[in-house]
Amino acid sequence: MTENSDHSDRSANPDHPEHSARHGYSEKDVQREVTELEGKSATAARLFDIRRIIGGLFVIYGVIVTIVGLTDDDAAIDKAEGININLWTGLGMLLLGLFFLAWLKLRPTAPPPPDVDAGAAPGGGPTE
Amino acid sequence: MHTPTQTPTNSPTLLAAELRLPTNWLDYTLLGIYFVVVLGIGFAARRSVKTSLDFFLSGRSLPAWVTGLAFISANLAATEILGMAANSAQYGAYTVHWYWIGAIPAMVFLGLVMMPFYYGSKVRSVPEFLLLRFDKGAHLLSSILFAFAAILIAGVNLYALAIVVEALLGWPQWVAIVVAGFFVLAYITLGGLSSAIYNEVLQFFVILAALIPITVLSLKKVGGWDGLSDKLTQTHGDDFVTAWGGTGIGEANPLGANWLTIVLGLGFVLSFGYWTTNFAEVQRALSAKNLSAAQRTPLIAAFPKIFIVFLVMIPGLAAAALIPGFGTKESGYQYNDAIPYLMEGLLPNGVLGIAVTGLLAAFMAGMAANVSSFNTVFTTDIWAKYVVTDREDGYYVRFGRLITAIGVLASIGTAFLASSFSNIMSYLQTLFSFFNVPMFVVFIVGMFWKRASMKSGFWGLLAGTTAAMVNYFVFYKQDIISIPSDQGANFVSAIAGFVAGGVVMVAVSLFTAPKPTEELQGLVYGTRSPGMAEPPAPGDEAWYRKPALLGWGAIVLAAACYIPFSF
Repeated sequence: MTENSDHSDRSANPDHPEHSARHGYSEKDVQREVTELEGKSATAARLFDIRRIIGGLFVIYGVIVTIVGLTDDDAAIDKAEGININLWTGLGMLLLGLFFLAWLKLRPTAPPPPDVDAGAAPGGGPTE
Repeated sequence: MHTPTQTPTNSPTLLAAELRLPTNWLDYTLLGIYFVVVLGIGFAARRSVKTSLDFFLSGRSLPAWVTGLAFISANLAATEILGMAANSAQYGAYTVHWYWIGAIPAMVFLGLVMMPFYYGSKVRSVPEFLLLRFDKGAHLLSSILFAFAAILIAGVNLYALAIVVEALLGWPQWVAIVVAGFFVLAYITLGGLSSAIYNEVLQFFVILAALIPITVLSLKKVGGWDGLSDKLTQTHGDDFVTAWGGTGIGEANPLGANWLTIVLGLGFVLSFGYWTTNFAEVQRALSAKNLSAAQRTPLIAAFPKIFIVFLVMIPGLAAAALIPGFGTKESGYQYNDAIPYLMEGLLPNGVLGIAVTGLLAAFMAGMAANVSSFNTVFTTDIWAKYVVTDREDGYYVRFGRLITAIGVLASIGTAFLASSFSNIMSYLQTLFSFFNVPMFVVFIVGMFWKRASMKSGFWGLLAGTTAAMVNYFVFYKQDIISIPSDQGANFVSAIAGFVAGGVVMVAVSLFTAPKPTEELQGLVYGTRSPGMAEPPAPGDEAWYRKPALLGWGAIVLAAACYIPFSF
């Protein structure tokens, strides 16, 4: 193992983190590499909010299935043990969809955290 | 646990051929809407991918409820849904063990004890943790084993999907394999892990919307819980609706296991191996936005896990109560038919479409979880560390997309490989005993024993995997030792892998140099790393976000759930 010599190289050469990170293999390398990538990461800023999609899909599903339930003939109801399962499932899905849309409205996506320099809280999160 | 213990038949099909569902245009519309949304998530997530960390780990930026639901969804593959219903139809209420003792303690352990080391060390994968804790040998071996296992398991999911879709909808197998493969390929290549995780969260709710109506209607049909348990007690005996009846040591029961093997084998070796070191699961937690969210990922998942058992067990029990001899040849049904049989008999068009969508969603979730963890390990752990090491970050994003495509194509290949095994459920279990259990022993020794040397990781992993494979292929397949069933063999393989791995690690550690203490900070229990000292994010002080409270709450709740099934 030449790990020890790699370590001294790395501390002498902090300007080439990518290079040394792929040879040094210590926790410090991973920490630095990942922290650097976290700094450039675009997910937090650009990824849409999944609540909008869940809400939208379940409102659509809920409306369709509820309408089916309202227009179901006796055969469909008899099949489901006398329960209008389309109506109940439809209403349930509609409520779930509306819940997600309401949650999104009441607690909108937090604005992306401003870039923090490496010295401040590396875990991310909004800075005060 | 991820997979059921058994599929009792030797038939190469998973379902009875007569179970064609009466689907119509309405059901296909609902299914079509879902596929459009799945692709839409992929396209919409695409613009968030800027760095390799975005592609492979969602930039470590997702909230806990999202990663938590993705964590449970990655586990809720359709093999689990169909298989656990089958399990219930065959063994009865023993199924609860796979959830309450076979999952919850391991999930809580992952969240409370292991996650600070995983997340705090900022590793991007489970093998990368082994690289830091041990050396390159352990890292490369675990990466290759994991990549290999992930592709095999993705193929099993794909094949299971194909035969279920063929039986239920009448599509030829290759059509189902290519269509499902295409959608998974498209959304992961476009949006990376964010897209996989977002789809898993959506899948979670669609699966619930599919299972809840089936459970409610099947319970109504058999006359409620009382009617169900009365009928089953008459036909299957008193123990069928209890969790522990007949599990005393030396007593005979259909499961072939006593309380000790349930607690140690299922609750400890198999369950901890799956939940705490399987990267397809752990990856979801590593994509959380901070340590607190990462810890809460498996804990948030634990609560739905406690209750999902009812949504698979009740339909399975109901099927057993409704058809005399369900699962035997005379009835014309196999145990795996429980949920499809109820869908066919109880659900009108509309809800039927939702249920079909839920099943397909569950298959895709299982496959996508494996593909998205495979591309991460192959790119960051194998390619970027040993093959093409010094390229700019953008290169690894492009390579990750390429390897996703290759991974999906390879899974299509392994799907056809899986089709040559007569019993795919036990094939899956065999894979788990080869790959998960040895990884777990290396982890647990490495994380709790400072003295475990750099070399011991590689040799422990090699010895554990070899022991499990030798037990299965030589001792069991060649009839050198007599084990009654495949599942029994898998269980012995798991124990063999665990013991061999542990013993070899201790032996190797005694003769080789330990890792210097300063390189173990934050990797071994009792040490700390800078990543573990991060201040709590605003709002995380709330009592309902305390990991300890969530974790112990889940344990207490799971234990309480046992009470009505124990007397």
